Amino acid sequence: MTYILILISAVFVNNIVLSQFLGICPFLGVSKKIDTALGMGAAVAFVMTISTVVTYLIQKSILDPFGLGFLQTITFILVIAFLVQLVEIIVKKISPALYQALGVFLPLISTNCAILGVAIMVIQKDMTLIESVIFAISTAIGFGLALVLFAGIREQLALVKLPKGMEGTPTALIVAGLLAMAFMGFSGVV
Amino acid sequence: MNYLKTFTNGLLKENPTFVLLLGMCPTLGTTTSGMNGLGMGLATTFVLIGSNVVISLLKNLIPNKVHIPAYIVIIATFVTILQMVMEAYMPALYESLGLFIPLIVVNCIVLGRAESFAAKNNPFASFLDGAGVGLGFTFALTLLGSVRELLGTGNVFSLKLFPEHYGMLIFVLAPGAFIALGYLIAIINKLQTKKG
Repeated sequence: MTYILILISAVFVNNIVLSQFLGICPFLGVSKKIDTALGMGAAVAFVMTISTVVTYLIQKSILDPFGLGFLQTITFILVIAFLVQLVEIIVKKISPALYQALGVFLPLISTNCAILGVAIMVIQKDMTLIESVIFAISTAIGFGLALVLFAGIREQLALVKLPKGMEGTPTALIVAGLLAMAFMGFSGVV
Repeated sequence: MNYLKTFTNGLLKENPTFVLLLGMCPTLGTTTSGMNGLGMGLATTFVLIGSNVVISLLKNLIPNKVHIPAYIVIIATFVTILQMVMEAYMPALYESLGLFIPLIVVNCIVLGRAESFAAKNNPFASFLDGAGVGLGFTFALTLLGSVRELLGTGNVFSLKLFPEHYGMLIFVLAPGAFIALGYLIAIINKLQTKKG
């Protein structure tokens, strides 16, 4: 039951992008087409789950017993940067088409604050290993959901004539705001 | 190298938030009030100046192949120092900024300046660049925070301008951040096209 609550809370109620403001860069950057949005969502889900497990184990088995808690930020960011490199090499080998589509944003996952944010949040909330894995996966689903919804709206928005100065980012941000308002309707569900 | 230009460049012409659109997560996440925006901006400025100067000093010692990881370690070091100092001397602000303090490490502005400026220039110019960009970021965050605080609660920096009763709470909550920033950028775009 707790696991289902974690899932619903991370996907809808506390959506990582629309209510916690993490991972905004890829949210605004890769969300012009639904296909790329799906690819990015999948890449983030993969990296996020692996990095949360690895950083969790490092925190519990190395940092905590030796009283090295202050090294948390440095350790986590290095582990994440390493994992992103690994994923990049694997994707390049397995699916060159996806690699082409994600282009510059794959290396940028390492500076995606959502990944580091989830790794730290899991430690702060004192979750168990299984809870952390479920939390990471559901957060990534929430990220993918927000990205795909937003990309769908932006595909339509590209056809509309807008006043000068409102084109591009300002409209994207306001649309994101309305989407966030819609997601606020979920508050109180959990 | 014109030092004054280096400093003002980041402040206005290449303002990281309004013009380059970098560092969006802390911009949206911490600006629930003018005070929080100011605190976050100054914290980022500290890391920017520190990492810019150190990277500029070490630029000839760092092998090119591992320069990104090396930069990240330097930035993370300054973030850790900042975390400890803030926890000790400013516990209230540290508490309200929360997760976004360790996340300065992944702020694209910091790594961006290291890569595009500090790696090519002398320490003094890098110091000025870090200060300029940092203060530009602080200015943007304080402005956005004040606008949201005013519309949401009727206060600016806890100074009452109109009764809270008339405030629109939505601006302090998540959707208000996106909408307020969207309109601010639109206004700045408009001003720039008029000038040019």
